[in-house]
Amino acid sequence: MEFVEQIVSHYNQWITIFLMVAGLYIVVARGNMVKKLVGLSLFQTSVYLLYLSPGKILGGTAPILEEGFEVYSNPLPHVLMLTAIVVGLATLAVGLALVVRINEAYGTIEEDEIFADGEDGK
Amino acid sequence: MVLLTLMAAVTIGIVRARNLFAVVVLSGIYSFLMASVMIVLDAVDVAMTEASVGAGMSMVLMLGVLYLTKVEEAVPSHTPWLPLFVAVGTAAVLLYGTVGLPPFGAAENIVHAHVAPRYLEQSIAETTVPNVVTSVLASYRGFDTLGETVVIFTAGFAVLLLLRGRRRSRPSDDA
Repeated sequence: MEFVEQIVSHYNQWITIFLMVAGLYIVVARGNMVKKLVGLSLFQTSVYLLYLSPGKILGGTAPILEEGFEVYSNPLPHVLMLTAIVVGLATLAVGLALVVRINEAYGTIEEDEIFADGEDGK
Repeated sequence: MVLLTLMAAVTIGIVRARNLFAVVVLSGIYSFLMASVMIVLDAVDVAMTEASVGAGMSMVLMLGVLYLTKVEEAVPSHTPWLPLFVAVGTAAVLLYGTVGLPPFGAAENIVHAHVAPRYLEQSIAETTVPNVVTSVLASYRGFDTLGETVVIFTAGFAVLLLLRGRRRSRPSDDA
Protein backbone atom coordinates (compact mmCIF):
# COMPACT_ATOMS: atom_id res chain seq x y z
CA MET A 1 0.00 0.00 0.00
CA GLU A 2 2.79 2.32 0.88
CA PHE A 3 4.41 1.55 -2.49
CA VAL A 4 1.21 2.59 -4.31
CA GLU A 5 1.16 5.87 -2.41
CA GLN A 6 4.77 6.40 -3.33
CA ILE A 7 3.92 5.87 -7.02
CA VAL A 8 0.95 8.26 -6.97
CA SER A 9 2.77 11.03 -5.14
CA HIS A 10 5.84 10.86 -7.39
CA TYR A 11 4.25 9.95 -10.73
CA ASN A 12 4.59 13.50 -12.10
CA GLN A 13 8.25 13.61 -11.26
CA TRP A 14 8.91 10.24 -12.82
CA ILE A 15 7.19 11.17 -16.07
CA THR A 16 9.13 14.43 -15.99
CA ILE A 17 12.36 12.50 -15.68
CA PHE A 18 11.33 10.15 -18.48
CA LEU A 19 10.58 13.05 -20.82
CA MET A 20 13.81 14.78 -19.87
CA VAL A 21 15.89 11.67 -20.48
CA ALA A 22 14.10 10.98 -23.78
CA GLY A 23 14.99 14.50 -24.92
CA LEU A 24 18.59 14.02 -23.82
CA TYR A 25 18.77 10.70 -25.68
CA ILE A 26 17.45 12.25 -28.90
CA VAL A 27 19.91 15.13 -28.69
CA VAL A 28 22.89 12.80 -28.18
CA ALA A 29 21.96 9.82 -30.34
CA ARG A 30 20.30 11.28 -33.42
CA GLY A 31 22.28 13.02 -36.12
CA ASN A 32 19.42 14.86 -37.77
CA MET A 33 19.36 18.52 -36.80
CA VAL A 34 15.59 18.99 -36.82
CA LYS A 35 15.20 15.87 -34.69
CA LYS A 36 17.80 17.22 -32.30
CA LEU A 37 15.82 20.44 -31.93
CA VAL A 38 12.63 18.48 -31.25
CA GLY A 39 14.57 16.59 -28.59
CA LEU A 40 15.77 19.85 -27.12
CA SER A 41 12.23 21.16 -26.86
CA LEU A 42 11.13 17.87 -25.27
CA PHE A 43 13.80 18.44 -22.65
CA GLN A 44 12.53 21.98 -22.20
CA THR A 45 8.87 21.05 -21.80
CA SER A 46 9.81 18.45 -19.21
CA VAL A 47 11.21 21.33 -17.17
CA TYR A 48 7.81 23.08 -17.33
CA LEU A 49 6.30 19.99 -15.77
CA LEU A 50 9.05 19.89 -13.16
CA TYR A 51 8.21 23.44 -12.09
CA LEU A 52 4.42 23.28 -12.33
CA SER A 53 3.91 20.00 -10.45
CA PRO A 54 5.02 21.26 -7.02
CA GLY A 55 2.98 24.46 -7.51
CA LYS A 56 -0.28 22.52 -7.53
CA ILE A 57 -2.26 22.19 -4.32
CA LEU A 58 -4.84 19.40 -4.32
CA GLY A 59 -8.27 20.99 -3.92
CA GLY A 60 -6.88 24.37 -4.93
CA THR A 61 -7.88 26.41 -7.93
CA ALA A 62 -6.15 28.55 -10.55
CA PRO A 63 -4.58 31.69 -9.02
CA ILE A 64 -7.28 34.12 -10.13
CA LEU A 65 -8.65 35.83 -7.05
CA GLU A 66 -12.40 35.50 -6.70
CA GLU A 67 -14.97 35.45 -3.93
CA GLY A 68 -15.68 31.99 -2.62
CA PHE A 69 -12.28 30.44 -3.20
CA GLU A 70 -9.75 30.02 -0.44
CA VAL A 71 -6.98 27.78 -1.76
CA TYR A 72 -5.01 28.85 -4.81
CA SER A 73 -2.14 27.11 -6.55
CA ASN A 74 1.24 28.75 -6.38
CA PRO A 75 1.38 31.49 -9.06
CA LEU A 76 5.15 31.88 -9.07
CA PRO A 77 6.05 28.76 -11.12
CA HIS A 78 3.37 29.73 -13.64
CA VAL A 79 5.03 33.10 -14.20
CA LEU A 80 8.48 31.56 -14.52
CA MET A 81 7.22 28.96 -17.00
CA LEU A 82 5.44 31.59 -19.11
CA THR A 83 8.81 33.25 -19.56
CA ALA A 84 10.48 29.90 -20.24
CA ILE A 85 7.99 28.92 -22.95
CA VAL A 86 8.45 32.15 -24.85
CA VAL A 87 12.23 32.07 -24.52
CA GLY A 88 12.08 28.44 -25.66
CA LEU A 89 10.30 29.49 -28.84
CA ALA A 90 12.96 32.17 -29.42
CA THR A 91 15.85 29.73 -29.10
CA LEU A 92 14.01 27.20 -31.27
CA ALA A 93 13.59 29.83 -33.98
CA VAL A 94 17.30 30.67 -33.91
CA GLY A 95 18.18 26.95 -34.03
CA LEU A 96 15.91 26.34 -36.99
CA ALA A 97 17.36 29.33 -38.82
CA LEU A 98 20.83 27.84 -38.27
CA VAL A 99 19.56 24.51 -39.64
CA VAL A 100 18.34 26.26 -42.78
CA ARG A 101 21.74 27.91 -43.23
CA ILE A 102 23.59 24.63 -42.64
CA ASN A 103 21.38 22.94 -45.19
CA GLU A 104 22.34 25.64 -47.67
CA ALA A 105 26.06 25.38 -46.99
CA TYR A 106 26.32 21.58 -46.92
CA GLY A 107 23.21 20.37 -48.71
CA THR A 108 22.28 18.15 -45.77
CA ILE A 109 21.06 18.37 -42.18
CA GLU A 110 22.58 15.05 -41.09
CA GLU A 111 25.50 15.43 -38.70
CA ASP A 112 27.39 12.40 -40.09
CA GLU A 113 27.27 13.67 -43.66
CA ILE A 114 28.46 17.12 -42.59
CA PHE A 115 31.44 15.60 -40.76
CA ALA A 116 32.19 13.41 -43.81
CA ASP A 117 32.18 16.58 -45.90
CA GLY A 118 34.71 18.19 -43.57
CA GLU A 119 37.07 15.20 -43.79
CA ASP A 120 37.11 15.41 -47.57
CA GLY A 121 38.85 18.74 -47.15
CA LYS A 122 36.09 20.92 -48.49
CA MET B 1 -2.21 10.57 -14.63
CA VAL B 2 -3.73 9.23 -17.85
CA LEU B 3 -2.58 12.35 -19.69
CA LEU B 4 0.94 11.96 -18.37
CA THR B 5 1.05 8.34 -19.52
CA LEU B 6 -0.21 9.40 -22.95
CA MET B 7 2.56 11.98 -23.06
CA ALA B 8 5.14 9.33 -22.32
CA ALA B 9 3.70 7.20 -25.14
CA VAL B 10 3.89 10.10 -27.61
CA THR B 11 7.47 10.69 -26.53
CA ILE B 12 8.38 7.10 -27.39
CA GLY B 13 6.79 7.73 -30.78
CA ILE B 14 8.93 10.84 -31.26
CA VAL B 15 12.10 8.93 -30.37
CA ARG B 16 11.30 6.06 -32.75
CA ALA B 17 9.87 7.88 -35.78
CA ARG B 18 12.23 8.42 -38.72
CA ASN B 19 9.91 10.56 -40.82
CA LEU B 20 10.48 14.10 -39.63
CA PHE B 21 6.99 15.17 -40.66
CA ALA B 22 5.59 12.56 -38.28
CA VAL B 23 8.00 13.77 -35.60
CA VAL B 24 6.79 17.36 -35.93
CA VAL B 25 3.11 16.35 -35.83
CA LEU B 26 3.77 14.15 -32.81
CA SER B 27 5.49 17.05 -31.07
CA GLY B 28 2.37 19.12 -31.75
CA ILE B 29 0.24 16.41 -30.14
CA TYR B 30 2.70 16.35 -27.28
CA SER B 31 2.35 20.11 -26.78
CA PHE B 32 -1.45 19.91 -26.64
CA LEU B 33 -1.23 17.07 -24.12
CA MET B 34 1.19 19.18 -22.13
CA ALA B 35 -1.29 22.08 -22.24
CA SER B 36 -4.03 19.77 -20.92
CA VAL B 37 -1.79 18.62 -18.10
CA MET B 38 -1.10 22.26 -17.26
CA ILE B 39 -4.83 22.93 -16.98
CA VAL B 40 -5.11 20.01 -14.56
CA LEU B 41 -2.23 21.56 -12.61
CA ASP B 42 -4.21 24.87 -12.40
CA ALA B 43 -1.75 26.71 -14.64
CA VAL B 44 -4.33 28.08 -17.06
CA ASP B 45 -2.22 30.98 -18.35
CA VAL B 46 0.70 28.67 -19.03
CA ALA B 47 -1.61 26.19 -20.76
CA MET B 48 -2.88 28.86 -23.15
CA THR B 49 0.67 29.95 -23.92
CA GLU B 50 1.81 26.38 -24.45
CA ALA B 51 -1.10 25.60 -26.78
CA SER B 52 -0.47 28.67 -28.92
CA VAL B 53 3.33 28.87 -28.76
CA GLY B 54 4.33 25.23 -28.28
CA ALA B 55 1.76 23.60 -30.54
CA GLY B 56 1.07 26.48 -32.92
CA MET B 57 4.16 28.59 -33.51
CA SER B 58 6.79 25.87 -33.04
CA MET B 59 4.98 23.56 -35.45
CA VAL B 60 4.69 26.27 -38.08
CA LEU B 61 8.41 27.06 -37.76
CA MET B 62 9.41 23.40 -37.94
CA LEU B 63 7.17 22.69 -40.91
CA GLY B 64 8.70 25.70 -42.65
CA VAL B 65 12.17 24.29 -42.05
CA LEU B 66 11.10 20.84 -43.27
CA TYR B 67 9.81 22.48 -46.43
CA LEU B 68 13.26 23.98 -46.98
CA THR B 69 15.20 20.83 -46.09
CA LYS B 70 14.56 17.07 -46.17
CA VAL B 71 11.74 15.09 -44.58
CA GLU B 72 13.46 11.71 -44.10
CA GLU B 73 15.96 11.13 -41.35
CA ALA B 74 19.02 9.02 -42.20
CA VAL B 75 19.78 5.90 -40.17
CA PRO B 76 22.54 6.87 -37.72
CA SER B 77 25.87 5.20 -38.45
CA HIS B 78 26.96 4.68 -34.84
CA THR B 79 25.31 2.42 -32.29
CA PRO B 80 22.93 4.01 -29.77
CA TRP B 81 24.40 2.25 -26.73
CA LEU B 82 26.56 5.05 -25.35
CA PRO B 83 23.78 7.70 -25.43
CA LEU B 84 21.36 5.14 -24.07
CA PHE B 85 23.75 4.45 -21.21
CA VAL B 86 24.13 8.18 -20.52
CA ALA B 87 20.35 8.64 -20.58
CA VAL B 88 19.61 5.71 -18.29
CA GLY B 89 22.37 6.79 -15.93
CA THR B 90 20.93 10.30 -15.72
CA ALA B 91 17.46 8.87 -15.16
CA ALA B 92 18.72 6.67 -12.35
CA VAL B 93 20.37 9.59 -10.56
CA LEU B 94 17.26 11.76 -10.96
CA LEU B 95 14.94 8.96 -9.80
CA TYR B 96 17.10 8.54 -6.74
CA GLY B 97 16.68 12.29 -6.17
CA THR B 98 12.87 12.15 -6.26
CA VAL B 99 12.74 9.86 -3.22
CA GLY B 100 13.49 12.80 -0.94
CA LEU B 101 10.99 15.18 -2.55
CA PRO B 102 7.76 16.14 -0.76
CA PRO B 103 4.50 14.46 -1.88
CA PHE B 104 2.47 15.89 -4.74
CA GLY B 105 -0.20 18.50 -4.04
CA ALA B 106 0.12 18.94 -0.29
CA ALA B 107 -0.57 22.50 0.89
CA GLU B 108 2.15 22.42 3.57
CA ASN B 109 4.95 21.85 1.04
CA ILE B 110 7.82 24.27 1.40
CA VAL B 111 7.32 25.81 -2.09
CA HIS B 112 4.09 27.41 -0.91
CA ALA B 113 5.73 29.12 2.04
CA HIS B 114 7.67 32.23 1.04
CA VAL B 115 6.66 34.81 -1.57
CA ALA B 116 3.63 33.01 -3.04
CA PRO B 117 1.19 33.77 -0.18
CA ARG B 118 2.33 37.39 -0.20
CA TYR B 119 1.55 37.66 -3.91
CA LEU B 120 -1.86 36.06 -3.35
CA GLU B 121 -2.73 38.30 -0.39
CA GLN B 122 -1.41 41.63 -1.60
CA SER B 123 -2.10 41.41 -5.32
CA ILE B 124 -5.51 43.10 -5.22
CA ALA B 125 -4.39 45.85 -2.85
CA GLU B 126 -1.17 46.64 -4.66
CA THR B 127 -1.99 46.12 -8.33
CA THR B 128 -5.82 45.74 -8.46
CA VAL B 129 -5.37 42.79 -10.85
CA PRO B 130 -7.36 39.70 -9.83
CA ASN B 131 -5.25 37.33 -11.94
CA VAL B 132 -2.19 36.85 -9.77
CA VAL B 133 -0.12 35.39 -12.61
CA THR B 134 -0.62 38.59 -14.57
CA SER B 135 0.19 40.85 -11.66
CA VAL B 136 3.37 38.95 -10.82
CA LEU B 137 4.43 38.84 -14.47
CA ALA B 138 3.81 42.47 -15.26
CA SER B 139 4.27 44.17 -11.92
CA TYR B 140 6.26 42.32 -9.25
CA ARG B 141 8.59 40.68 -11.75
CA GLY B 142 8.36 43.25 -14.50
CA PHE B 143 12.12 43.31 -15.00
CA ASP B 144 12.08 39.56 -15.71
CA THR B 145 9.54 40.18 -18.41
CA LEU B 146 11.61 43.04 -19.77
CA GLY B 147 14.59 40.67 -19.98
CA GLU B 148 12.38 38.12 -21.71
CA THR B 149 11.36 40.60 -24.38
CA VAL B 150 15.04 41.51 -24.85
CA VAL B 151 15.78 37.80 -25.45
CA ILE B 152 12.97 37.56 -27.99
CA PHE B 153 14.14 40.71 -29.73
CA THR B 154 17.68 39.35 -29.90
CA ALA B 155 16.42 36.02 -31.24
CA GLY B 156 14.31 37.70 -33.89
CA PHE B 157 17.28 39.82 -34.85
CA ALA B 158 19.52 36.73 -35.06
CA VAL B 159 17.02 34.90 -37.25
CA LEU B 160 16.80 37.90 -39.55
CA LEU B 161 20.60 38.15 -39.80
CA LEU B 162 20.95 34.42 -40.46
CA LEU B 163 18.32 34.34 -43.16
CA ARG B 164 19.05 37.69 -44.74
CA GLY B 165 21.77 36.48 -47.09
CA ARG B 166 19.64 33.75 -48.59
CA ARG B 167 16.69 35.93 -49.40
CA ARG B 168 18.54 37.57 -52.26
CA SER B 169 19.34 34.25 -53.91
CA ARG B 170 15.94 32.63 -53.38
CA PRO B 171 13.29 35.24 -52.69
CA SER B 172 10.34 32.81 -52.62
CA ASP B 173 10.31 31.40 -49.10
CA ASP B 174 11.13 32.14 -45.50
CA ALA B 175 11.19 30.10 -42.31
